[in-house]
Amino acid sequence: MSEYKTINEKKADWEESTLKKVLDRFPEQQEEFVTGSGHPVERLYLPSGISEEEYIEKIGFPGDYPYTRGVQPTMYRGRFWTMRQYAGFGTAEESNQRYKYLLEQGQTGLSIAFDLPTQIGYDSDDSMSEGEVGKVGVAIDSLKDMEILFEGIPLDKVSTSMTINAPAAVLLAMYIAVAEKQGVTRDKLRGTIQNDILKEYIARGTYIFPPAPSMRLINNIFEFCSKEVPKWNTISISGYHIREAGSTAVQEIAFTIADGIEYVRNAIGVGLDVDSFAGRLSFFFNAHNDLLEEVAKYRAARRIWARVMKEKFNAKKEKSMMMRFHTQTGGSTLTAQQPDNNIVRVTIQTLAAVLGGTQSLHTNSRDEALALPSQESVMIALRTQQIAANESGVTSTIDPLAGSYYIEALTDRIASEAWDYIEKIETMGGMVKAIEKGYAQKEIQDSAYRYQRDVEDGSRIVVGVNKFTVEEEPPKGLLKVDPSLRTVQVEKLAMVKGERDNIAVTASLKALKKGAESEDENLMPLILDAVKKYATLGEISGILREVFGEFQESIVL
Amino acid sequence: MVRILVAKPGLDGHDRGAKYIARALKDAGYEVIYTGIRQTPESIVVTAIQEDVDFVGLSLLSGAHNELFPKVVELLREKDASDIIVFGGGVIPTEDIPFLKEKGIEAVFTQGTPIKEITDFIEKRLEK
Repeated sequence: MSEYKTINEKKADWEESTLKKVLDRFPEQQEEFVTGSGHPVERLYLPSGISEEEYIEKIGFPGDYPYTRGVQPTMYRGRFWTMRQYAGFGTAEESNQRYKYLLEQGQTGLSIAFDLPTQIGYDSDDSMSEGEVGKVGVAIDSLKDMEILFEGIPLDKVSTSMTINAPAAVLLAMYIAVAEKQGVTRDKLRGTIQNDILKEYIARGTYIFPPAPSMRLINNIFEFCSKEVPKWNTISISGYHIREAGSTAVQEIAFTIADGIEYVRNAIGVGLDVDSFAGRLSFFFNAHNDLLEEVAKYRAARRIWARVMKEKFNAKKEKSMMMRFHTQTGGSTLTAQQPDNNIVRVTIQTLAAVLGGTQSLHTNSRDEALALPSQESVMIALRTQQIAANESGVTSTIDPLAGSYYIEALTDRIASEAWDYIEKIETMGGMVKAIEKGYAQKEIQDSAYRYQRDVEDGSRIVVGVNKFTVEEEPPKGLLKVDPSLRTVQVEKLAMVKGERDNIAVTASLKALKKGAESEDENLMPLILDAVKKYATLGEISGILREVFGEFQESIVL
Repeated sequence: MVRILVAKPGLDGHDRGAKYIARALKDAGYEVIYTGIRQTPESIVVTAIQEDVDFVGLSLLSGAHNELFPKVVELLREKDASDIIVFGGGVIPTEDIPFLKEKGIEAVFTQGTPIKEITDFIEKRLEK
């Protein structure tokens, strides 16, 4: 009779005999293997010996708590993720053409990129807007521009995501106003505003006001939408930009969830019932090149959020505990060198997002490290998603990597390290306090610095950058935004100001100011009134700047 | 001691590169001041003169470089501070580089540039 051995005993035998023989003659390529985020990876993962009880508690079933395997019971067997390409540049007219093109190509949702002046609440004619009008997105000064932007696009048929944060209330109000002009009522509108100010302080930089009034605006939106625009995702709590700033995968989900905790706590603090708004919270993550680490990251994030909502905030509705998220492939992973290689990177990242159970996806274009994407590049990026959806087969079963010894071990490890961060931030008094101390910023920066040093010394290889390089001609056919665009936009703005009822505008801005000064008034109806009278984004933001003041960055180096 | 101001003109909040360069130049032994994001060309020039720097490194990823980089050089000239050397980096299309150089930005370092190229530039420029 042969002697019974446990897996671990067998593993020790294997290491002593089979493995050792090979290692003695052929050492491995590296002393230590690490993930894309720099975490150690073992040579081999083995069955964890998880009990059925533990399985049900930690992993469970799709559509059931804790949603590790996904938020819907049928996932992509029922419906593919929403293919949503972030786009917008120049004037509203040009962007409108690009949206119509993308919809014709089979895209299923819109995602609006605004230029930086719009994102920071300046009109195109403001001196702060010099050089920036229409550059990284479309310039919106007043409702007039928004009407042009969505001309011929029925707002009851598409869902629209808007990357807008500090002035989110103003752009949402404009969207509602355009819809009403089209004859579409508020309750039919579907879409998302990013509205995540905390990550702007941490990583993205388009903040306007200090944290307290910013949180108030967010609460106002939560409350207004829960009653008036019930299908709208009121926030997209974003780890994307935290990762782009150089964080690890663990930091990405930990800081994002810590931001989420802060929003929920704040909303409950002003008397909102958790289940009245939590179902409309959505998330936004990155997809980098380490495929398996990314998949584990999404699974861990869902598990943690479900537990936070259930145990910390006593949410009762299932929807309140489900982490629904959008994913974008990692802009910072793209290289200016040999740009076609980026198509391959984006393909890997697409698989990561899909195998991780995303609800919607933006795939970056190959030329994004060089300029705004050209139409041809955007099409390849969209086709990448369509190929993953229709040809790769990974959509046929739910959470197909579950049960991989490595994936499950990695999911557990990422979840546990993220919890440590979340608890640490909670001990500091929450994310606002952690931001004020520069804690999150410093942690991210340290990771970014380590990563770049590894690239510099060659211990981390980036194909085409520090290995496998070639001499290349500068790329051709890059999209360029016409610098005379600002003049056009400024003229349009002057015309709007000349045509509108200026007495009504002044009155609406006065009412807004009064509302902002009294702390408990919901500002959404006042902002809506002002935008309908064609008060500009800069005027509305200017009034709020007067009352709320401006945030000052604490520089952490 | 060589003093360098790393600055972010315009409204763009992408400061990963600027912060990395600032820290790496510090590690290379220079004295580095970082302005933070959303600086106007005017405020960058004021800081450069106040801090008595030898170099100003501008970082921009939004595409506003053709407008904002030359403005910094111009303002330095106006303030009799044209001895301050200006270089830049970020997402800068190759075809824009000759224009920027003509406007007095002495070197442009785009994505993926090893830090050594920047320190070599600084050292060579100091020899002049």
